[in-house]
Amino acid sequence: MRPLAFGLAALVAALFLASLVVGPAGITAGAGLRALVLGGDGPEPLVMREIRLPRALLGVMIGASLGLAGAAMQGYLRNPLAEPGLIGVSGSAALGAVLAIHTGLAATLTLALPLAALAGAGTGVLLILMLAGPRGGSITLILAGIAISALAGALTSLVLNLSPNPYAASEIVFWMMGSLADRSMTHVWIALPLMLAGGLALLSLGRGLDALTLGEDAAEAMGLRLARLRLTLVLGTAALVGSAVAVAGAIGFVGLVVPHLLRPLVGARPSRLLWASALGGAAMLLAADLAVRLILPERDLKLGVLTAIVGAPLFLHLIYKTRGAQQ
Amino acid sequence: MSLLSLRDLGVTLRGRAILKGVTLDMGPGEFIGLIGPNGAGKTTLMRAALGLLPHEGTSSLAALPPEARGQHAAWMPQARDIAWPVTVETLVALGRTPHLAGWQGMTAHDRAHVGRALATMGLEGLRHRTATRLSGGEQAMALIARALTQDTPLLMADEPIAGLDPANQIATMAVFAGLARQGRAVMASLHDLGLAARHCTRLILLGAGGVAADGPPETVLTPDNLARIFHVTAHYATTPQGPVFQPLEVIQ
Repeated sequence: MRPLAFGLAALVAALFLASLVVGPAGITAGAGLRALVLGGDGPEPLVMREIRLPRALLGVMIGASLGLAGAAMQGYLRNPLAEPGLIGVSGSAALGAVLAIHTGLAATLTLALPLAALAGAGTGVLLILMLAGPRGGSITLILAGIAISALAGALTSLVLNLSPNPYAASEIVFWMMGSLADRSMTHVWIALPLMLAGGLALLSLGRGLDALTLGEDAAEAMGLRLARLRLTLVLGTAALVGSAVAVAGAIGFVGLVVPHLLRPLVGARPSRLLWASALGGAAMLLAADLAVRLILPERDLKLGVLTAIVGAPLFLHLIYKTRGAQQ
Repeated sequence: MSLLSLRDLGVTLRGRAILKGVTLDMGPGEFIGLIGPNGAGKTTLMRAALGLLPHEGTSSLAALPPEARGQHAAWMPQARDIAWPVTVETLVALGRTPHLAGWQGMTAHDRAHVGRALATMGLEGLRHRTATRLSGGEQAMALIARALTQDTPLLMADEPIAGLDPANQIATMAVFAGLARQGRAVMASLHDLGLAARHCTRLILLGAGGVAADGPPETVLTPDNLARIFHVTAHYATTPQGPVFQPLEVIQ
Protein backbone atom coordinates (compact mmCIF):
# COMPACT_ATOMS: atom_id res chain seq x y z
CA MET A 1 0.00 0.00 0.00
CA ARG A 2 2.85 2.38 0.78
CA PRO A 3 3.99 2.82 -2.85
CA LEU A 4 0.43 3.70 -3.91
CA ALA A 5 0.05 6.23 -1.09
CA PHE A 6 3.41 7.87 -1.89
CA GLY A 7 2.72 7.80 -5.62
CA LEU A 8 -0.67 9.44 -5.28
CA ALA A 9 0.62 12.01 -2.79
CA ALA A 10 3.53 12.88 -5.08
CA LEU A 11 1.15 13.23 -8.01
CA VAL A 12 -1.09 15.58 -6.04
CA ALA A 13 1.92 17.64 -4.95
CA ALA A 14 3.24 17.91 -8.52
CA LEU A 15 -0.15 18.89 -9.92
CA PHE A 16 -0.62 21.41 -7.11
CA LEU A 17 2.68 23.08 -8.04
CA ALA A 18 1.75 23.00 -11.72
CA SER A 19 -1.59 24.57 -10.90
CA LEU A 20 0.26 27.39 -9.10
CA VAL A 21 2.62 28.16 -12.00
CA VAL A 22 0.21 27.86 -14.95
CA GLY A 23 -1.91 30.87 -15.79
CA PRO A 24 -2.56 33.68 -18.21
CA ALA A 25 -0.55 36.29 -16.26
CA GLY A 26 2.74 35.08 -17.77
CA ILE A 27 4.68 34.87 -14.52
CA THR A 28 7.68 32.54 -14.63
CA ALA A 29 7.52 29.59 -12.29
CA GLY A 30 10.45 30.71 -10.11
CA ALA A 31 9.28 34.29 -9.80
CA GLY A 32 5.74 33.16 -9.06
CA LEU A 33 6.68 30.76 -6.28
CA ARG A 34 9.08 33.35 -4.79
CA ALA A 35 6.29 35.93 -4.81
CA LEU A 36 3.90 33.43 -3.26
CA VAL A 37 6.19 32.62 -0.35
CA LEU A 38 8.01 35.91 0.23
CA GLY A 39 5.37 38.40 -0.88
CA GLY A 40 6.58 41.86 -1.85
CA ASP A 41 5.23 44.68 -4.00
CA GLY A 42 3.73 44.62 -7.46
CA PRO A 43 1.18 42.42 -9.16
CA GLU A 44 2.95 39.08 -8.79
CA PRO A 45 2.25 38.35 -5.10
CA LEU A 46 -1.33 39.51 -5.66
CA VAL A 47 -1.87 37.12 -8.58
CA MET A 48 -0.20 34.24 -6.78
CA ARG A 49 -1.85 34.72 -3.39
CA GLU A 50 -5.31 35.93 -4.36
CA ILE A 51 -5.96 34.08 -7.63
CA ARG A 52 -3.80 31.02 -8.13
CA LEU A 53 -3.38 29.82 -4.55
CA PRO A 54 -7.13 29.67 -3.80
CA ARG A 55 -7.74 27.97 -7.15
CA ALA A 56 -5.12 25.28 -6.49
CA LEU A 57 -6.27 24.81 -2.87
CA LEU A 58 -9.89 24.47 -3.95
CA GLY A 59 -8.84 21.95 -6.58
CA VAL A 60 -7.24 19.77 -3.91
CA MET A 61 -10.07 20.22 -1.40
CA ILE A 62 -12.97 19.67 -3.78
CA GLY A 63 -11.33 16.79 -5.64
CA ALA A 64 -10.49 15.04 -2.36
CA SER A 65 -14.01 15.64 -1.06
CA LEU A 66 -15.68 14.21 -4.13
CA GLY A 67 -13.36 11.19 -4.33
CA LEU A 68 -13.72 10.41 -0.62
CA ALA A 69 -17.50 10.85 -0.62
CA GLY A 70 -17.78 8.63 -3.71
CA ALA A 71 -15.68 5.87 -2.14
CA ALA A 72 -17.69 6.00 1.10
CA MET A 73 -21.02 5.93 -0.72
CA GLN A 74 -19.96 2.98 -2.89
CA GLY A 75 -18.67 1.16 0.19
CA TYR A 76 -21.88 1.67 2.13
CA LEU A 77 -24.21 0.73 -0.71
CA ARG A 78 -21.84 -2.04 -1.85
CA ASN A 79 -22.38 -0.85 -5.39
CA PRO A 80 -19.67 0.49 -7.72
CA LEU A 81 -22.25 2.66 -9.52
CA ALA A 82 -23.07 4.77 -6.47
CA GLU A 83 -21.89 8.38 -6.44
CA PRO A 84 -21.99 11.13 -3.83
CA GLY A 85 -24.82 13.02 -5.57
CA LEU A 86 -27.08 10.04 -4.98
CA ILE A 87 -28.46 11.32 -1.67
CA GLY A 88 -29.75 14.49 -3.33
CA VAL A 89 -27.34 16.92 -1.66
CA SER A 90 -25.71 18.18 -4.88
CA GLY A 91 -29.11 18.86 -6.40
CA SER A 92 -30.44 20.74 -3.39
CA ALA A 93 -27.19 22.72 -2.97
CA ALA A 94 -27.37 23.72 -6.64
CA LEU A 95 -30.98 24.81 -6.16
CA GLY A 96 -29.95 27.05 -3.27
CA ALA A 97 -27.22 28.65 -5.39
CA VAL A 98 -29.55 29.10 -8.37
CA LEU A 99 -32.08 30.86 -6.17
CA ALA A 100 -29.35 33.20 -4.92
CA ILE A 101 -28.41 34.05 -8.51
CA HIS A 102 -32.03 34.44 -9.58
CA THR A 103 -33.01 36.77 -6.75
CA GLY A 104 -29.95 38.93 -7.35
CA LEU A 105 -28.60 38.24 -3.86
CA ALA A 106 -25.47 36.73 -5.36
CA ALA A 107 -24.72 39.97 -7.22
CA THR A 108 -25.05 42.18 -4.13
CA LEU A 109 -23.16 39.99 -1.67
CA THR A 110 -20.24 37.69 -2.56
CA LEU A 111 -21.02 35.25 0.25
CA ALA A 112 -24.71 34.98 -0.62
CA LEU A 113 -24.21 32.29 -3.27
CA PRO A 114 -22.15 29.77 -1.27
CA LEU A 115 -24.23 30.34 1.85
CA ALA A 116 -27.48 29.82 -0.07
CA ALA A 117 -26.03 26.64 -1.56
CA LEU A 118 -25.08 25.39 1.92
CA ALA A 119 -28.60 26.19 3.13
CA GLY A 120 -29.93 24.17 0.19
CA ALA A 121 -27.65 21.25 1.05
CA GLY A 122 -28.76 21.41 4.69
CA THR A 123 -32.42 21.34 3.68
CA GLY A 124 -31.73 18.35 1.43
CA VAL A 125 -30.05 16.46 4.29
CA LEU A 126 -32.90 17.18 6.70
CA LEU A 127 -35.40 15.95 4.11
CA ILE A 128 -33.47 12.75 3.46
CA LEU A 129 -33.09 11.99 7.16
CA MET A 130 -36.82 12.54 7.65
CA LEU A 131 -37.71 10.37 4.66
CA ALA A 132 -35.25 7.55 5.25
CA GLY A 133 -35.71 7.49 9.05
CA PRO A 134 -33.22 6.25 11.62
CA ARG A 135 -33.65 2.53 10.84
CA GLY A 136 -34.45 2.50 7.11
CA GLY A 137 -32.32 0.38 4.83
CA SER A 138 -30.03 1.43 2.01
CA ILE A 139 -32.84 1.14 -0.58
CA THR A 140 -34.93 3.72 1.30
CA LEU A 141 -31.92 6.02 1.35
CA ILE A 142 -31.40 5.70 -2.43
CA LEU A 143 -35.09 6.20 -3.21
CA ALA A 144 -35.32 9.23 -0.92
CA GLY A 145 -32.18 10.62 -2.57
CA ILE A 146 -33.60 10.15 -6.05
CA ALA A 147 -36.86 11.84 -5.03
CA ILE A 148 -35.03 14.83 -3.53
CA SER A 149 -32.72 15.12 -6.57
CA ALA A 150 -35.72 15.06 -8.89
CA LEU A 151 -37.54 17.70 -6.87
CA ALA A 152 -34.48 19.96 -6.67
CA GLY A 153 -33.91 19.48 -10.42
CA ALA A 154 -37.51 20.39 -11.20
CA LEU A 155 -37.37 23.49 -9.02
CA THR A 156 -34.08 24.53 -10.66
CA SER A 157 -35.76 24.18 -14.06
CA LEU A 158 -38.68 26.24 -12.78
CA VAL A 159 -36.31 29.03 -11.76
CA LEU A 160 -34.71 28.93 -15.23
CA ASN A 161 -38.17 28.82 -16.80
CA LEU A 162 -39.26 31.94 -14.94
CA SER A 163 -35.99 33.81 -15.28
CA PRO A 164 -36.66 37.41 -16.34
CA ASN A 165 -34.07 37.65 -19.12
CA PRO A 166 -31.66 35.45 -21.08
CA TYR A 167 -28.63 36.89 -19.25
CA ALA A 168 -29.91 35.72 -15.87
CA ALA A 169 -30.68 32.30 -17.35
CA SER A 170 -27.25 31.94 -18.96
CA GLU A 171 -25.54 33.04 -15.75
CA ILE A 172 -27.36 30.25 -13.93
CA VAL A 173 -26.53 27.69 -16.63
CA PHE A 174 -22.84 28.64 -16.67
CA TRP A 175 -22.65 28.51 -12.87
CA MET A 176 -24.16 25.03 -12.84
CA MET A 177 -21.44 23.73 -15.15
CA GLY A 178 -18.95 24.03 -12.32
CA SER A 179 -15.67 25.95 -12.29
CA LEU A 180 -12.75 26.95 -10.06
CA ALA A 181 -12.05 30.21 -11.94
CA ASP A 182 -12.12 33.54 -10.08
CA ARG A 183 -12.51 32.04 -6.61
CA SER A 184 -10.92 33.78 -3.62
CA MET A 185 -9.45 32.74 -0.28
CA THR A 186 -12.90 33.53 1.20
CA HIS A 187 -14.25 30.52 -0.67
CA VAL A 188 -11.44 28.40 0.76
CA TRP A 189 -12.26 29.51 4.31
CA ILE A 190 -16.00 28.81 3.83
CA ALA A 191 -15.44 25.30 2.55
CA LEU A 192 -12.44 24.23 4.67
CA PRO A 193 -14.10 23.66 8.09
CA LEU A 194 -17.00 21.71 6.58
CA MET A 195 -14.70 19.64 4.40
CA LEU A 196 -12.38 18.82 7.31
CA ALA A 197 -15.32 17.77 9.50
CA GLY A 198 -16.97 15.75 6.74
CA GLY A 199 -13.66 14.19 5.69
CA LEU A 200 -12.80 13.06 9.22
CA ALA A 201 -16.32 11.67 9.63
CA LEU A 202 -16.06 9.57 6.47
CA LEU A 203 -12.48 8.42 7.14
CA SER A 204 -13.66 7.10 10.53
CA LEU A 205 -16.06 4.71 8.76
CA GLY A 206 -13.33 2.53 7.23
CA ARG A 207 -13.63 -0.47 9.52
CA GLY A 208 -17.43 -0.46 9.35
CA LEU A 209 -17.39 -0.29 5.54
CA ASP A 210 -14.93 -3.20 5.46
CA ALA A 211 -17.26 -5.23 7.70
CA LEU A 212 -20.18 -4.43 5.38
CA THR A 213 -18.40 -6.48 2.70
CA LEU A 214 -20.06 -9.44 4.45
CA GLY A 215 -23.55 -7.91 4.29
CA GLU A 216 -25.51 -5.86 6.82
CA ASP A 217 -26.49 -8.84 9.00
CA ALA A 218 -23.00 -10.22 9.50
CA ALA A 219 -21.55 -6.72 9.98
CA GLU A 220 -24.13 -5.85 12.63
CA ALA A 221 -23.43 -9.13 14.44
CA MET A 222 -19.72 -8.18 14.52
CA GLY A 223 -20.62 -5.13 16.59
CA LEU A 224 -21.18 -2.56 13.86
CA ARG A 225 -23.72 0.12 14.78
CA LEU A 226 -25.40 0.36 11.40
CA ALA A 227 -27.78 3.23 12.14
CA ARG A 228 -24.90 5.35 13.45
CA LEU A 229 -22.73 4.50 10.43
CA ARG A 230 -25.50 5.55 8.08
CA LEU A 231 -26.09 8.85 9.89
CA THR A 232 -22.35 9.62 9.87
CA LEU A 233 -22.19 8.74 6.18
CA VAL A 234 -25.12 10.99 5.23
CA LEU A 235 -23.92 13.95 7.31
CA GLY A 236 -20.28 13.58 6.22
CA THR A 237 -21.18 13.27 2.54
CA ALA A 238 -23.52 16.23 2.81
CA ALA A 239 -20.81 18.40 4.39
CA LEU A 240 -18.27 17.44 1.70
CA VAL A 241 -20.52 17.59 -1.34
CA GLY A 242 -22.62 20.53 -0.13
CA SER A 243 -19.56 22.70 0.43
CA ALA A 244 -17.99 21.54 -2.85
CA VAL A 245 -21.07 22.56 -4.83
CA ALA A 246 -21.34 25.79 -2.85
CA VAL A 247 -17.90 27.02 -3.91
CA ALA A 248 -17.48 25.41 -7.34
CA GLY A 249 -20.85 24.37 -8.75
CA ALA A 250 -21.71 20.87 -9.85
CA ILE A 251 -18.67 18.81 -10.87
CA GLY A 252 -19.66 15.32 -11.89
CA PHE A 253 -17.94 11.98 -12.47
CA VAL A 254 -15.01 12.49 -10.07
CA GLY A 255 -16.87 10.75 -7.23
CA LEU A 256 -17.91 7.93 -9.54
CA VAL A 257 -14.79 7.28 -11.63
CA VAL A 258 -11.97 7.77 -9.11
CA PRO A 259 -13.01 5.02 -6.65
CA HIS A 260 -13.67 2.76 -9.60
CA LEU A 261 -10.19 3.38 -11.05
CA LEU A 262 -8.39 2.86 -7.75
CA ARG A 263 -10.34 -0.12 -6.39
CA PRO A 264 -8.11 -2.79 -8.01
CA LEU A 265 -5.00 -1.01 -6.67
CA VAL A 266 -6.11 -1.26 -3.01
CA GLY A 267 -7.21 -4.90 -3.17
CA ALA A 268 -10.87 -3.76 -3.27
CA ARG A 269 -10.82 -2.97 0.47
CA PRO A 270 -13.36 -0.19 1.18
CA SER A 271 -11.30 1.28 4.05
CA ARG A 272 -8.15 1.70 1.94
CA LEU A 273 -10.21 3.03 -0.95
CA LEU A 274 -11.29 5.96 1.24
CA TRP A 275 -7.92 7.70 1.51
CA ALA A 276 -6.79 6.51 -1.91
CA SER A 277 -9.87 8.05 -3.53
CA ALA A 278 -9.37 11.29 -1.61
CA LEU A 279 -5.83 11.58 -3.05
CA GLY A 280 -6.94 10.35 -6.48
CA GLY A 281 -9.85 12.78 -6.58
CA ALA A 282 -7.55 15.68 -5.72
CA ALA A 283 -5.14 14.64 -8.49
CA MET A 284 -7.93 14.23 -11.03
CA LEU A 285 -9.55 17.59 -10.31
CA LEU A 286 -6.21 19.45 -10.32
CA ALA A 287 -5.36 17.81 -13.66
CA ALA A 288 -8.76 18.70 -15.11
CA ASP A 289 -8.47 22.28 -13.88
CA LEU A 290 -5.02 22.54 -15.49
CA ALA A 291 -6.47 21.14 -18.70
CA VAL A 292 -9.24 23.76 -18.90
CA ARG A 293 -6.58 26.47 -18.57
CA LEU A 294 -4.28 24.93 -21.17
CA ILE A 295 -6.73 23.65 -23.82
CA LEU A 296 -8.91 26.72 -24.38
CA PRO A 297 -7.49 29.51 -22.23
CA GLU A 298 -9.51 32.18 -24.06
CA ARG A 299 -12.92 30.53 -23.92
CA ASP A 300 -13.39 29.79 -20.19
CA LEU A 301 -14.03 26.08 -20.64
CA LYS A 302 -16.00 24.92 -17.58
CA LEU A 303 -14.42 22.35 -15.29
CA GLY A 304 -17.61 20.30 -14.85
CA VAL A 305 -17.96 20.02 -18.62
CA LEU A 306 -14.41 18.71 -18.96
CA THR A 307 -14.70 16.17 -16.13
CA ALA A 308 -17.87 14.79 -17.74
CA ILE A 309 -16.36 14.74 -21.26
CA VAL A 310 -13.28 12.88 -20.01
CA GLY A 311 -15.03 10.92 -17.27
CA ALA A 312 -17.90 9.43 -19.23
CA PRO A 313 -15.81 7.71 -21.94
CA LEU A 314 -13.35 6.54 -19.27
CA PHE A 315 -16.25 5.06 -17.38
CA LEU A 316 -17.58 3.38 -20.52
CA HIS A 317 -14.13 1.89 -21.09
CA LEU A 318 -14.09 0.51 -17.53
CA ILE A 319 -17.53 -1.02 -17.97
CA TYR A 320 -16.39 -2.55 -21.25
CA LYS A 321 -13.33 -4.06 -19.54
CA THR A 322 -15.40 -5.41 -16.60
CA ARG A 323 -17.82 -6.98 -19.07
CA GLY A 324 -14.90 -8.71 -20.77
CA ALA A 325 -13.56 -10.02 -17.44
CA GLN A 326 -16.91 -11.49 -16.44
CA GLN A 327 -17.34 -13.58 -19.59
CA MET B 1 -22.16 -21.18 32.88
CA SER B 2 -24.64 -20.39 30.15
CA LEU B 3 -23.43 -18.97 26.84
CA LEU B 4 -26.89 -18.14 25.56
CA SER B 5 -30.10 -17.95 27.48
CA LEU B 6 -33.47 -17.22 25.90
CA ARG B 7 -36.55 -16.55 28.04
CA ASP B 8 -39.99 -16.55 26.42
CA LEU B 9 -38.54 -15.23 23.17
CA GLY B 10 -41.15 -14.32 20.58
CA VAL B 11 -41.05 -12.64 17.17
CA THR B 12 -43.98 -11.02 15.42
CA LEU B 13 -43.35 -9.74 11.89
CA ARG B 14 -46.05 -7.76 10.06
CA GLY B 15 -48.68 -8.81 12.60
CA ARG B 16 -47.89 -12.52 12.15
CA ALA B 17 -46.43 -14.46 15.06
CA ILE B 18 -43.42 -16.37 13.69
CA LEU B 19 -42.17 -17.65 17.04
CA LYS B 20 -43.68 -17.71 20.52
CA GLY B 21 -42.41 -18.57 23.98
CA VAL B 22 -38.98 -19.99 23.12
CA THR B 23 -37.04 -20.67 26.31
CA LEU B 24 -33.69 -22.41 26.20
CA ASP B 25 -30.19 -22.36 27.65
CA MET B 26 -27.01 -23.24 25.86
CA GLY B 27 -23.82 -24.12 27.70
CA PRO B 28 -20.19 -24.83 26.77
CA GLY B 29 -19.57 -28.13 24.99
CA GLU B 30 -22.87 -28.14 23.14
CA PHE B 31 -23.25 -28.44 19.37
CA ILE B 32 -26.91 -27.71 18.78
CA GLY B 33 -28.54 -28.58 15.47
CA LEU B 34 -31.52 -26.33 14.85
CA ILE B 35 -33.89 -28.33 12.67
CA GLY B 36 -37.37 -27.82 11.33
CA PRO B 37 -39.26 -27.54 8.03
CA ASN B 38 -38.88 -24.52 5.71
CA GLY B 39 -40.49 -21.48 7.30
CA ALA B 40 -40.42 -22.95 10.82
CA GLY B 41 -38.45 -19.93 12.08
CA LYS B 42 -34.88 -21.24 12.37
CA THR B 43 -33.29 -18.10 10.90
CA THR B 44 -35.73 -15.89 12.79
CA LEU B 45 -34.85 -17.56 16.10
CA MET B 46 -31.11 -17.06 15.61
CA ARG B 47 -31.42 -13.47 14.38
CA ALA B 48 -33.73 -12.57 17.27
CA ALA B 49 -31.35 -14.22 19.75
CA LEU B 50 -28.54 -12.06 18.32
CA GLY B 51 -30.67 -8.94 18.64
CA LEU B 52 -30.87 -8.39 14.87
CA LEU B 53 -34.68 -8.53 14.94
CA PRO B 54 -37.23 -6.78 17.18
CA HIS B 55 -38.50 -9.39 19.63
CA GLU B 56 -40.46 -10.03 22.82
CA GLY B 57 -39.00 -11.79 25.84
CA THR B 58 -35.28 -11.70 26.58
CA SER B 59 -32.07 -12.96 25.01
CA SER B 60 -28.84 -12.73 26.95
CA LEU B 61 -26.98 -11.99 23.68
CA ALA B 62 -29.30 -9.23 22.48
CA ALA B 63 -28.92 -7.54 25.87
CA LEU B 64 -25.16 -7.09 25.34
CA PRO B 65 -23.79 -3.86 23.83
CA PRO B 66 -22.93 -4.43 20.12
CA GLU B 67 -19.14 -4.50 20.66
CA ALA B 68 -19.34 -7.04 23.51
CA ARG B 69 -21.77 -9.16 21.50
CA GLY B 70 -19.30 -9.25 18.61
CA GLN B 71 -16.70 -10.71 20.97
CA HIS B 72 -19.14 -13.22 22.45
CA ALA B 73 -20.91 -14.64 19.40
CA ALA B 74 -20.06 -15.04 15.72
CA TRP B 75 -22.87 -15.14 13.18
CA MET B 76 -22.75 -16.63 9.72
CA PRO B 77 -25.90 -15.59 7.84
CA GLN B 78 -27.49 -17.73 5.16
CA ALA B 79 -26.94 -15.10 2.46
CA ARG B 80 -23.33 -15.54 1.38
CA ASP B 81 -22.57 -11.90 0.75
CA ILE B 82 -19.12 -10.98 -0.52
CA ALA B 83 -19.58 -7.48 -1.88
CA TRP B 84 -16.08 -6.73 -3.21
CA PRO B 85 -13.40 -8.78 -4.99
CA VAL B 86 -11.12 -9.03 -1.93
CA THR B 87 -8.70 -11.91 -1.36
CA VAL B 88 -9.78 -14.90 0.73
CA GLU B 89 -7.23 -13.88 3.37
CA THR B 90 -8.69 -10.35 3.61
CA LEU B 91 -12.22 -11.77 3.79
CA VAL B 92 -11.34 -14.17 6.59
CA ALA B 93 -9.47 -11.41 8.46
CA LEU B 94 -12.74 -9.41 8.67
CA GLY B 95 -13.65 -11.80 11.48
CA ARG B 96 -11.14 -9.95 13.70
CA THR B 97 -13.22 -6.74 13.44
CA PRO B 98 -14.80 -6.98 16.94
CA HIS B 99 -11.36 -7.44 18.53
CA LEU B 100 -9.76 -4.33 17.02
CA ALA B 101 -10.25 -1.00 18.76
CA GLY B 102 -10.44 2.35 17.00
CA TRP B 103 -7.76 2.76 14.33
CA GLN B 104 -5.74 -0.22 15.58
CA GLY B 105 -4.41 -2.50 12.86
CA MET B 106 -4.04 -6.29 12.84
CA THR B 107 -1.37 -7.68 15.18
CA ALA B 108 0.60 -10.92 14.80
CA HIS B 109 -1.92 -12.48 17.20
CA ASP B 110 -4.78 -11.55 14.84
CA ARG B 111 -2.91 -12.89 11.84
CA ALA B 112 -2.30 -16.17 13.66
CA HIS B 113 -6.07 -16.55 14.11
CA VAL B 114 -6.57 -15.95 10.38
CA GLY B 115 -3.92 -18.56 9.52
CA ARG B 116 -5.46 -21.13 11.89
CA ALA B 117 -8.96 -20.64 10.49
CA LEU B 118 -7.68 -20.99 6.92
CA ALA B 119 -5.88 -24.20 7.88
CA THR B 120 -8.91 -25.59 9.74
CA MET B 121 -11.12 -25.12 6.69
CA GLY B 122 -8.45 -26.37 4.27
CA LEU B 123 -8.26 -23.03 2.46
CA GLU B 124 -4.50 -22.37 2.57
CA GLY B 125 -4.21 -22.97 -1.17
CA LEU B 126 -6.88 -20.33 -1.85
CA ARG B 127 -5.43 -17.72 0.54
CA HIS B 128 -4.48 -15.20 -2.19
CA ARG B 129 -7.34 -15.94 -4.59
CA THR B 130 -10.13 -13.42 -5.15
CA ALA B 131 -13.06 -14.53 -2.99
CA THR B 132 -15.77 -13.47 -5.46
CA ARG B 133 -14.28 -15.68 -8.19
CA LEU B 134 -14.44 -18.89 -6.12
CA SER B 135 -17.19 -21.48 -6.49
CA GLY B 136 -20.23 -21.22 -4.22
CA GLY B 137 -19.01 -24.03 -1.98
CA GLU B 138 -15.52 -22.54 -1.66
CA GLN B 139 -17.09 -19.17 -0.78
CA ALA B 140 -19.14 -20.89 1.94
CA MET B 141 -15.97 -22.49 3.35
CA ALA B 142 -14.24 -19.08 3.35
CA LEU B 143 -17.19 -17.50 5.18
CA ILE B 144 -17.13 -20.28 7.79
CA ALA B 145 -13.41 -19.56 8.23
CA ARG B 146 -14.32 -15.89 8.67
CA ALA B 147 -16.72 -16.82 11.50
CA LEU B 148 -14.05 -19.08 13.12
CA THR B 149 -11.55 -16.18 12.99
CA GLN B 150 -13.90 -14.18 15.22
CA ASP B 151 -12.79 -16.63 17.97
CA THR B 152 -15.95 -16.38 20.09
CA PRO B 153 -17.29 -18.71 22.80
CA LEU B 154 -20.48 -19.06 20.75
CA LEU B 155 -20.84 -19.62 17.00
CA MET B 156 -24.20 -19.37 15.25
CA ALA B 157 -24.47 -20.42 11.62
CA ASP B 158 -27.46 -20.44 9.30
CA GLU B 159 -27.35 -23.48 7.00
CA PRO B 160 -23.54 -23.49 6.96
CA ILE B 161 -23.23 -26.77 5.02
CA ALA B 162 -25.82 -26.11 2.31
CA GLY B 163 -24.16 -26.40 -1.10
CA LEU B 164 -20.99 -28.14 0.14
CA ASP B 165 -19.77 -31.46 -1.24
CA PRO B 166 -20.07 -34.53 1.07
CA ALA B 167 -16.45 -34.38 2.21
CA ASN B 168 -16.67 -30.68 3.06
CA GLN B 169 -20.05 -31.17 4.77
CA ILE B 170 -18.62 -33.86 7.04
CA ALA B 171 -15.40 -31.90 7.60
CA THR B 172 -17.36 -28.78 8.57
CA MET B 173 -19.59 -30.69 10.98
CA ALA B 174 -16.45 -32.22 12.50
CA VAL B 175 -14.92 -28.73 12.91
CA PHE B 176 -18.06 -27.55 14.74
CA ALA B 177 -18.11 -30.69 16.93
CA GLY B 178 -14.43 -30.07 17.67
CA LEU B 179 -15.17 -26.50 18.80
CA ALA B 180 -17.81 -27.88 21.17
CA ARG B 181 -15.33 -30.39 22.59
CA GLN B 182 -12.92 -27.48 23.28
CA GLY B 183 -15.60 -25.97 25.54
CA ARG B 184 -17.20 -23.60 23.06
CA ALA B 185 -20.75 -23.87 21.77
CA VAL B 186 -22.15 -24.00 18.24
CA MET B 187 -25.70 -23.57 17.04
CA ALA B 188 -26.30 -24.36 13.36
CA SER B 189 -29.52 -24.65 11.41
CA LEU B 190 -29.42 -27.80 9.32
CA HIS B 191 -31.60 -29.60 6.81
CA ASP B 192 -29.47 -32.76 6.62
CA LEU B 193 -30.91 -34.71 9.54
CA GLY B 194 -28.46 -37.56 8.98
CA LEU B 195 -25.44 -35.31 9.60
CA ALA B 196 -27.30 -33.64 12.46
CA ALA B 197 -27.92 -37.01 14.12
CA ARG B 198 -24.27 -38.04 13.77
CA HIS B 199 -22.48 -34.87 14.88
CA CYS B 200 -24.75 -32.74 17.10
CA THR B 201 -24.87 -33.20 20.86
CA ARG B 202 -28.38 -31.80 20.97
CA LEU B 203 -31.16 -31.06 18.50
CA ILE B 204 -33.82 -28.37 18.76
CA LEU B 205 -36.82 -29.07 16.55
CA LEU B 206 -38.85 -26.01 15.60
CA GLY B 207 -42.44 -26.37 14.46
CA ALA B 208 -45.86 -24.80 14.98
CA GLY B 209 -44.38 -21.46 16.07
CA GLY B 210 -42.16 -22.74 18.85
CA VAL B 211 -39.88 -25.49 20.12
CA ALA B 212 -41.51 -28.84 19.31
CA ALA B 213 -38.74 -31.00 20.77
CA ASP B 214 -35.37 -30.40 22.45
CA GLY B 215 -32.83 -32.99 23.52
CA PRO B 216 -30.23 -35.53 22.34
CA PRO B 217 -30.72 -36.60 18.69
CA GLU B 218 -32.31 -39.97 19.49
CA THR B 219 -35.02 -38.38 21.63
CA VAL B 220 -35.83 -35.70 19.05
CA LEU B 221 -35.80 -37.73 15.81
CA THR B 222 -38.66 -40.00 16.91
CA PRO B 223 -41.16 -41.35 14.37
CA ASP B 224 -43.88 -39.31 16.08
CA ASN B 225 -41.97 -35.98 15.86
CA LEU B 226 -40.96 -36.66 12.26
CA ALA B 227 -44.55 -37.39 11.25
CA ARG B 228 -46.01 -34.45 13.17
CA ILE B 229 -43.51 -31.76 12.10
CA PHE B 230 -41.74 -32.96 8.93
CA HIS B 231 -44.49 -35.23 7.56
CA VAL B 232 -41.95 -37.95 6.70
CA THR B 233 -41.12 -41.46 7.79
CA ALA B 234 -37.49 -42.37 8.43
CA HIS B 235 -35.07 -45.13 9.29
CA TYR B 236 -33.00 -44.56 12.44
CA ALA B 237 -30.43 -47.07 13.61
CA THR B 238 -27.51 -47.12 15.98
CA THR B 239 -24.62 -48.88 14.28
CA PRO B 240 -20.97 -49.54 15.21
CA GLN B 241 -20.10 -46.51 13.02
CA GLY B 242 -22.50 -44.28 14.97
CA PRO B 243 -26.12 -43.29 14.43
CA VAL B 244 -27.53 -43.57 10.91
CA PHE B 245 -30.60 -41.63 9.90
CA GLN B 246 -32.32 -41.71 6.52
CA PRO B 247 -35.67 -40.07 5.70
CA LEU B 248 -37.79 -42.46 3.59
CA GLU B 249 -41.28 -41.37 2.49
CA VAL B 250 -43.52 -38.31 2.62
CA ILE B 251 -46.65 -38.95 4.65
CA GLN B 252 -49.61 -37.86 2.53
